[in-house]
Amino acid sequence: MSKFNIQLVTGIFVALGIAAFTYAAVNIGGVSFREQPSYTLKARFTSISGLRTGAVVEAAGVRIGTVSNIEFDPETYEAVVSLRINQNVPVQEDAIAAIRTQGIIGEKYVKLTPGGFDELLEDGDEILETESAVSLEELVSKYIFGGGSSSQ
Amino acid sequence: MIKALETLGATVLESLEMIGRTFNLLLVTVWEMLQPPYRFYPIVRQMYFIGARSISLIVISGVTIGMVLGLQFYYILERFGSTDLLGSGVALGVIRELGPVMTALMVVGRAGSAITAELGIMRTTNQIDALECMAISPDKFLVGPKVIAGILSVPLLTHIFDFVALFGGYFVGVVMFSVPEGSYMNGMVDAVQWVDVRLGLVKSLIFGLLVTLICAAQGYYMHLTKAGSQGAEGVSFVTTNAVVLSSISVLFADFLIGALLQ
Repeated sequence: MSKFNIQLVTGIFVALGIAAFTYAAVNIGGVSFREQPSYTLKARFTSISGLRTGAVVEAAGVRIGTVSNIEFDPETYEAVVSLRINQNVPVQEDAIAAIRTQGIIGEKYVKLTPGGFDELLEDGDEILETESAVSLEELVSKYIFGGGSSSQ
Repeated sequence: MIKALETLGATVLESLEMIGRTFNLLLVTVWEMLQPPYRFYPIVRQMYFIGARSISLIVISGVTIGMVLGLQFYYILERFGSTDLLGSGVALGVIRELGPVMTALMVVGRAGSAITAELGIMRTTNQIDALECMAISPDKFLVGPKVIAGILSVPLLTHIFDFVALFGGYFVGVVMFSVPEGSYMNGMVDAVQWVDVRLGLVKSLIFGLLVTLICAAQGYYMHLTKAGSQGAEGVSFVTTNAVVLSSISVLFADFLIGALLQ
């Protein structure tokens, strides 16, 4: 095989490989080269059990952002969750952030319910109304052992 | 009794020597490759041999593995009535584990054995000594291009494998079992994150180095083992050895990287 052909075939191989990698990274892995403009809000929860960084923030079932950071506040014993919200989604001052589960055993996500105020939250502000994660185990144990003394 | 212990000791010492020689070869080759003159055409030729000539094998095995995965996952998921997860299962399995490992094993069988045989024959027929006599560094001239081509080719092949395997899974899931196309594709996109793609990339880079390096070292240092004096029989012995060793080290490294990176 001549030198030209070897180089051509190798070139085709490299191009194919890079194209396949780009497909995996961009279309499936969800890497975007242009960072979507966004702003960060904080929310405090008494329990976030199972929420992880990278989890989805939804409003009306549509993805509007991600959980960018989770910290523990040792003074109040609360979890401080940073939410990165798309720039074009306004969040009112009295909006409610709730931690919900997809299905019964699905992944945890943050659900944003819009408020009625005119004042909008800006970068770095805190969402004051929050609902913590509901633990299925706690509910079950409440149901089984709830009011234990009275039922005996 | 003493005899058995002696054999054990000899085996352990021999394998330790082999590991040491392999690392030595890596360091010497990296050092030599950093010295000018830099020649790119040998690397292209090796990439043609290791990479481009393997495409057909990779595509066929990729499609087959994807279809098998799709089939098995479908039967399992069907029991729980959650065939919506088929896309996630196939994509995660292929991108994180099967893609890098299967590609590396294919490269071992197709190119690794050829590397060992080539270098082994050059060693038994004193061609490597002849290169040294002409003041041509055999590390730079023979081993370097193969190792670099391996590091570059295996990730590229892995991603071609991933792509066609996802296509195979799609064919079984959506075309054969009529899983909704939207849930298959979206399950795939939702489940796979950048960390998974990165894990596959890191694995394939390391496998590329491991496979080519181990196979090259087995052939290159053939004269230092007891197979060295056996001529053609010795070449067949080290080639078998190289395939076994590099396959095992790929599987072990796969576990190690999976445990360390997650």
